[in-house]
Amino acid sequence: MAANKHSTSSTTQARFDYAPAPESRAIVDIKPSYGLFVGGEFVDGHGRSFKTISPSTEEVLAEIAEADEADVDNAVKVARRAFRTWGRMPGSERAKYLYRIARIIQERGREIAVLESIDNGKPIKETRDVDVPIAAAHFFYYAGWADKLAYAGYGTTPLGVAGQVIPWNFPLLMLAWKIAPALACGNTVVLKPAETTPLTALLFAEICQQADLPAGVVNIITGAGSTGQALVAHPDVDKVAFTGSTAVGRAIAKSVAGSHKKVTLELGGKAANIVFDDAPIDQAIEGIVNGIFFNQGHVCCAGSRLLVQESVADEVLARLKRRMATLRLGDPLDKNTDIGAINSAEQLDKIRELSDIGEAEGAGRWSPPCELPKHGFWFPPTVFTNVTQAHRIAREEIFGPVLSVLTFRTPAEAVEKANNTPYGLSAGVWTDKGSRILHMANKLKAGVVWANTFNKFDPTSPFGGYKESGYGREGGRHGLAAYLKGEDL
Amino acid sequence: MTPPDSRIEVRKTYKLYIGGQFPRSESGHSYVVDDAKGRFVANAALASRKDARDAVQAARAAFGGWSGKTAYNRAQILYRVAEIMEDRRPQFVEAVRQSEGLTPTQAGKALDASIDRLVWYAGWADKITQVTGNANPVAGPFFNLSTPEPTGVVAVVAPQQSSLLGLVSVVAPVVVTGNTAVVLASPGRPLPAVTFSEVLATSDVPGGVVNILTGKHSNTAPTLASHMDVNAIDLTGLAGDSAQAAALEESAADNLKRVLRPPATEPDWTLEPGIGRMTTFLETKTVWHPIGV
Amino acid sequence: MLDRVTSSATIDNKMASAASTQPSAQFADITRNDDTLRRFLHGLPGVDQVGAEARAASLGTRSIKTTAKAWAIDLAIRMVDLTTLEGQDTPGKVRALSAKAMHPDPADSTCPATAAVCVYPDMVGVAKEVLGNSGVNVAAVATAFPSGRAALDIKLADTQDAVQAGADEVDMVIDRGAFLSGRYKQVYDEIVAVREACARPDGSSAHLKVIFETGELQTYDNVRRASWLAMMAGGHFIKTSTGKVQPAATLPVTLVMLEAVRDFREQTGVQIGVKPAGGIRTSKDAIKYLVMVNEIAGDDWLDPDWFRFGASTLLNDLLMQRTKLTTGVYSGPDYFTLD
Repeated sequence: MAANKHSTSSTTQARFDYAPAPESRAIVDIKPSYGLFVGGEFVDGHGRSFKTISPSTEEVLAEIAEADEADVDNAVKVARRAFRTWGRMPGSERAKYLYRIARIIQERGREIAVLESIDNGKPIKETRDVDVPIAAAHFFYYAGWADKLAYAGYGTTPLGVAGQVIPWNFPLLMLAWKIAPALACGNTVVLKPAETTPLTALLFAEICQQADLPAGVVNIITGAGSTGQALVAHPDVDKVAFTGSTAVGRAIAKSVAGSHKKVTLELGGKAANIVFDDAPIDQAIEGIVNGIFFNQGHVCCAGSRLLVQESVADEVLARLKRRMATLRLGDPLDKNTDIGAINSAEQLDKIRELSDIGEAEGAGRWSPPCELPKHGFWFPPTVFTNVTQAHRIAREEIFGPVLSVLTFRTPAEAVEKANNTPYGLSAGVWTDKGSRILHMANKLKAGVVWANTFNKFDPTSPFGGYKESGYGREGGRHGLAAYLKGEDL
Repeated sequence: MTPPDSRIEVRKTYKLYIGGQFPRSESGHSYVVDDAKGRFVANAALASRKDARDAVQAARAAFGGWSGKTAYNRAQILYRVAEIMEDRRPQFVEAVRQSEGLTPTQAGKALDASIDRLVWYAGWADKITQVTGNANPVAGPFFNLSTPEPTGVVAVVAPQQSSLLGLVSVVAPVVVTGNTAVVLASPGRPLPAVTFSEVLATSDVPGGVVNILTGKHSNTAPTLASHMDVNAIDLTGLAGDSAQAAALEESAADNLKRVLRPPATEPDWTLEPGIGRMTTFLETKTVWHPIGV
Repeated sequence: MLDRVTSSATIDNKMASAASTQPSAQFADITRNDDTLRRFLHGLPGVDQVGAEARAASLGTRSIKTTAKAWAIDLAIRMVDLTTLEGQDTPGKVRALSAKAMHPDPADSTCPATAAVCVYPDMVGVAKEVLGNSGVNVAAVATAFPSGRAALDIKLADTQDAVQAGADEVDMVIDRGAFLSGRYKQVYDEIVAVREACARPDGSSAHLKVIFETGELQTYDNVRRASWLAMMAGGHFIKTSTGKVQPAATLPVTLVMLEAVRDFREQTGVQIGVKPAGGIRTSKDAIKYLVMVNEIAGDDWLDPDWFRFGASTLLNDLLMQRTKLTTGVYSGPDYFTLD
């Protein structure tokens, strides 16, 4: 593995050592402490404040307020008040606020990217090229819907106040996925970012101020699980949108039972990435790497199970290992870093635990030679071979840079194994044969099927899962359904 | 005589907009443009048949690149045009006020509506496919998907009365979906169109996507209607002139141009337009593909 | 794909080079006729265009700064085949170019020489006269460059003429018409014949670069097939373009060719060089190519023996960037020679 540091190798042939290329931190201004963003301004929280740290260095970044039950109640009240005007505002006017927000995200893109990278641990390359531009695109896309709802087929009546709880893996992007459609449809929101990654959501609060968004339309409350629980349980919340673990999603589904609340859940996954023997091999390798090592594998739709046809298994594995050896792990702010830090100590423990179990259960564990930084939370890109459906690493979501490799002989076997999971978020298919792609797509029980590509996201394209990966879709025209009253059944 | 302390203003020459350039008319002719009260305002270029032909050529050349851009990209580009229009408020307000004889407040409202209209259409770029496209459940093992595609080069006879809002309302729906346009500006009220072309030239709209000709329709409209490399024609600007419109429609039938007929009277452009102006200039393409192992 | 026969890391470059002086007999079954060739070439894994271009673009975002940049610029200079291929070329022009190849920056003796000067066959003698034993090679384009539309004996005579005049390297063009119409055997045989025509009386041989004109082959699948065809036929280098057809070299085309030479060495132990040519004008571009070489083929290819740039204006930009790195001041074109 090419570590991001100068090599001292003294071979006769000079090596191409990429010098450090850090993105400057000077562009971001992290305050020592942050309050809650309610009613258009920052206010004190009444819970126990907590610290957010940089997972790559364990440096404390800021003190974050925690919203207690009363704070949550207040935020929902404020959102309800704002809904009275926002919900009635002409769509074309709401659109203009969303366009403004989109533009500000673009203009402050570098600042957001750096902040996200610091707070989350993901490489600047990804925040710069993926998180921030797609977040801006979401606001652009849904801005356009705000005055065209009549054409979408889901009615034009907003629900009211949306309580939204988002995870730490794509902090700003998940915020955009939640807030953009909600606002476009005329709802107001109370959003809780993840405990470990609140900073870009709080920067987004500033962006709302900068856009002169009416007070109370967007409220950001920080905190941990109990804050989120209070939010989704609040009786005056009309809509619950959650992205996170299946366990919490299930608890939310139970807690709203019998209420009027509309719910969308985007939960875990254990996606199969299926490689046939006629696949475009070099691109398939890239797709496998991207599928599991993008964002350190902290991706609910990650291609964490590689299903490879037996006839090409050895070749695919050899090529995969060679490719993995060129991944660059290190400082998330270095522009050449491919793999950043694991988001938290807790997550690192979980990845370690499951990986150890994989080894204990007899799977072959391999990582490229890789020096991990001394501070912070790190895990090397790892591949497990000889994995079977019976292994825990083939069934449980690891949510880290760990790939389990299984083999299959026929398309039917590939479908059977791919679907043999309680999850159903995404799947990948690699083959040069078009009809087989469509056949596989028909058979796979997954909300998104990528063919000869992986981990592609676009605001126009609906995203969401089958089975225990949740329900409802985010993105695209379908994403509006979650935030509108719709026609009577 | 000019008083000694007043400055002689530098007057502007109003030119055509073809392929991203501002040429004078190839014919060398210009015509006098008066304001709503009949006072001289400027000389505008009088487009010839050859100018129309050049504009079609430019529009055709731009079609591949423009229709090949992502819908998101086209949306961004049109939104940017709206931003620049906002930035040039005084110039537009003055041009609309002069052309249409409005008060500054009325002219400002027309500008507001024009900008909002452009933003409205910009938002359609990546949605029209989702509203007009379809997955078709054919009775067999086939994937079957219908999607809209732009028709090609569209000639647009812009409204006579509404010099800016009307213009934007007919140009935006044509180009947002990926068509390119040759636009005949209102002959009597061309100045807002010229200002609009200057906005286009300083925006990110590639040269040739919108070409704007000023002058008399009698020169150029028949040339465009009969031109075999024009795919469609919007006759909105001929509202009320059904004889002329019918003649052009007949001429357009030679290569089966898609024709948008003019209404009896010029529409109220302040109303929300619906998607008809976009769908008129879209083709539907259906793709079949077998499904099997 | 054939089974992999060796591990790449253990191959010694010199050995690979020696092995590659004989067209490989191991491909005899494959290269027997059009049918066998078609079966093999069309059995190579496909290249997905979107994925290949995305990979190339992503490598293009690597940020090469400070010491790494200085190192890369010097390496790039050493990899340049300084080229003039114009109808208006004269001995004077070629002499000046050759002088520049030896001392690209007369004001700075630490500046390395380029790899070669690339000219038409009738200019080889002139170039050789100037370059002598400087270590800068003379490369000649041959085989009815750039179209390749001539009878085989004329192409061979063209090649022999260049070699006799002292060319160290011959850049041949393949018959794209034959390739596109599926006459693979003809293309193969021509490369073999030209390769033989590169032989010198003393038993040594000019190095052969095989130009595909990828802008005419159009698809990446074709680029991959042409790469294997040329490698099996014994070419020492595979080269993208003549520079006379657009598009010339691109990052994704070069990516596919680098994958081909990487896979070929894994399978045969024979290392083949890659030369993108045409359209590479800036240091930034050149560095993107080097990053790609590094991460796709590996650093064994980061050497003028295994990677070249066919370019003319690129050199001055490299020199300007080099000066900027050493002086900290942006230079201008007036400060570099215009040959």
